[in-house]
Amino acid sequence: MNLLGLAWRSLVNRRFAVILTICTIALSIGLLVLVEQLRSEVRQGFYRSVSGVDLIVGARTAPVQLLLYSVFGIGDATNDISWQTYTELKDLAEVDWAIPMALGDSHRGFRVMGTSRAFFDHYRFGNREALQLAAGEPFDDLFEVVVGAQVARQLNYALGDQLVLAHGTGNVALQSHDDHPFTISGILAPTGTPVDQQLYVSLAAHRAIHIGWESGVQRPGAGVDPEQARRRADELRPNAVTAILLGLHTRAAVFGLQRRVNEYRAEALTGIMPGITLQQLWRITGLAELVLRVVAGLVVLAGLLGMLTVLLTTLSERRREMAILRANGARPWQIASLLVFEAGLIAAAGIALGVLLAVLVQVLAAPWLLTNLGLHIGLTWPEPWQLGILGLIFLAGLLIALVPAFMAYRRTLADGMQVKT
Amino acid sequence: MSALLNIEQLEFAWPGDARPTLQIDELRLQAGEKVFLFGPSGSGKSTLLAVIGGLVRPQSGRVLFRDQDLTALRGARRDRVRAEHLGVIFQQFNLLPWLDLKANVVLPCRFSRARAARAGNVGQAAETLLDAMGLPSALWSRRADRISVGQQQRVAAARALIGRPALILADEPTSALDSDRRQDFLDLLFAQVEAVGSSLLFVSHDRELAPRFDRALDLTDINRAGLAA
Repeated sequence: MNLLGLAWRSLVNRRFAVILTICTIALSIGLLVLVEQLRSEVRQGFYRSVSGVDLIVGARTAPVQLLLYSVFGIGDATNDISWQTYTELKDLAEVDWAIPMALGDSHRGFRVMGTSRAFFDHYRFGNREALQLAAGEPFDDLFEVVVGAQVARQLNYALGDQLVLAHGTGNVALQSHDDHPFTISGILAPTGTPVDQQLYVSLAAHRAIHIGWESGVQRPGAGVDPEQARRRADELRPNAVTAILLGLHTRAAVFGLQRRVNEYRAEALTGIMPGITLQQLWRITGLAELVLRVVAGLVVLAGLLGMLTVLLTTLSERRREMAILRANGARPWQIASLLVFEAGLIAAAGIALGVLLAVLVQVLAAPWLLTNLGLHIGLTWPEPWQLGILGLIFLAGLLIALVPAFMAYRRTLADGMQVKT
Repeated sequence: MSALLNIEQLEFAWPGDARPTLQIDELRLQAGEKVFLFGPSGSGKSTLLAVIGGLVRPQSGRVLFRDQDLTALRGARRDRVRAEHLGVIFQQFNLLPWLDLKANVVLPCRFSRARAARAGNVGQAAETLLDAMGLPSALWSRRADRISVGQQQRVAAARALIGRPALILADEPTSALDSDRRQDFLDLLFAQVEAVGSSLLFVSHDRELAPRFDRALDLTDINRAGLAA
């Protein structure tokens, strides 16, 4: 047993206070790591969802709002884009593909998006991955629906199941489109983006179920029955869409197109580049993140001060112990380093436990984030720079221990051979 | 016999004290000698032991230990001399409560390689000494605060003796023991001190013990500062 061994045995002897101190430090480290991990994971999750989109177009609104309601289903649109504008944009020379989004309906809390086949062909997520169907096909018949992976999983849906859409969004819809039941034709593979949280029908179907609806209610007897609708399927198209996702032939054209969209004469539009708008969003959330970081930092400081308090409190009661070590040949620096070793062991254990705690919370929080935000967060270990910070915290723990170590050093010199009290 | 310890013209005052605590013209101890030093409280015995242990440095005079002047050595060297050549037994609170008996006995060997080398197999040496001090092996792995005071003092003696130090300093080691145990303890201590070949400087205020030693001294006679107080 060397000095480290002695420090260890002494710590074990005082395990109750030591375990509490380790827990204090672990909690503070856990908070610090968690804030950082969640921050970067949530950001990455947002970027994953719009990785293939060059421009998002919606009615004139704030860019962040457009981004949130179009892609992430947070909040609602205040206005639509006319069908004519959609076709004009779609047919522009620089536009490679356009994914229309007609929102406003829901199914048991999940958003329903009226769209075209372009969605399945061109939408990209994560590392530019294309959408895959886990089962079935994209919608073909007018009253077919494709469901996202989470929707299928949570509602336990399989191919061929029938479901009814509700008018309006939110968990409690006032009216349902129960005269137009849909059949599930396809189930998407998981993407870890809000795509998993939505249902997809054709624009024609979106139109068909809204025939005869005005101001959010259905005029009695004004609707069409499914068979009538099927016969008219080719001519059914919505009057408006909520937003359009655009992909361009060359990315360089995006700035020019964005300007043209924003200066569009026929109606007031907003065009946003998702990456840049996300940056704006981070600027908005940045202050909150900063506050969280500062709080986490202060909590770590409090944890370390807690350790200092414990070391200082035990110093008096361990005075005799140190005199015994001294009488048996220990040198003052060895006694001082005992305290530094102890602090090192406490800090290291606290940091290790804190990281584990953060990982555990991530594991527990992941399903919640997936369900509520459609964000998939991976289980990640701290990045090198975060490990660097943890290393600095460890060093800070050792530095703090120099205070009691120095006091012990001074005392052992003054106490001589024996403390009798 | 050559002098193991030779104190000459020693004067020591604690920092901040106007008057010295120790003024000793001469104090000699031969190798292998067992000396009783009568020292009532206030006579400066703790200070004297701290000086001999090399924990404090006197303002003047010489402390020759194994022909080496401790007062001329730096703190680190004095610490090494103490670790290598001194065994210490106090009145009480000798042991680290959170270590078992064996780990307590082995303690001095952790701070001195030379002493560990002299002890040979350190663990075995500790067991032999614990056995010799009449402590049954069932106790060896017990925590030091789970045994009686008398047993603790015997563990402290075993620890002082491990690695055959040149000098054992004993500061009232028997005053916490009743009369019978006191004699038993001295019997065991003497036997082992002789077996190991160490010298013994035994400080006590109990004059009844003095006849058992080779020589008896009175600190109140030797220390002029103590007299003045």
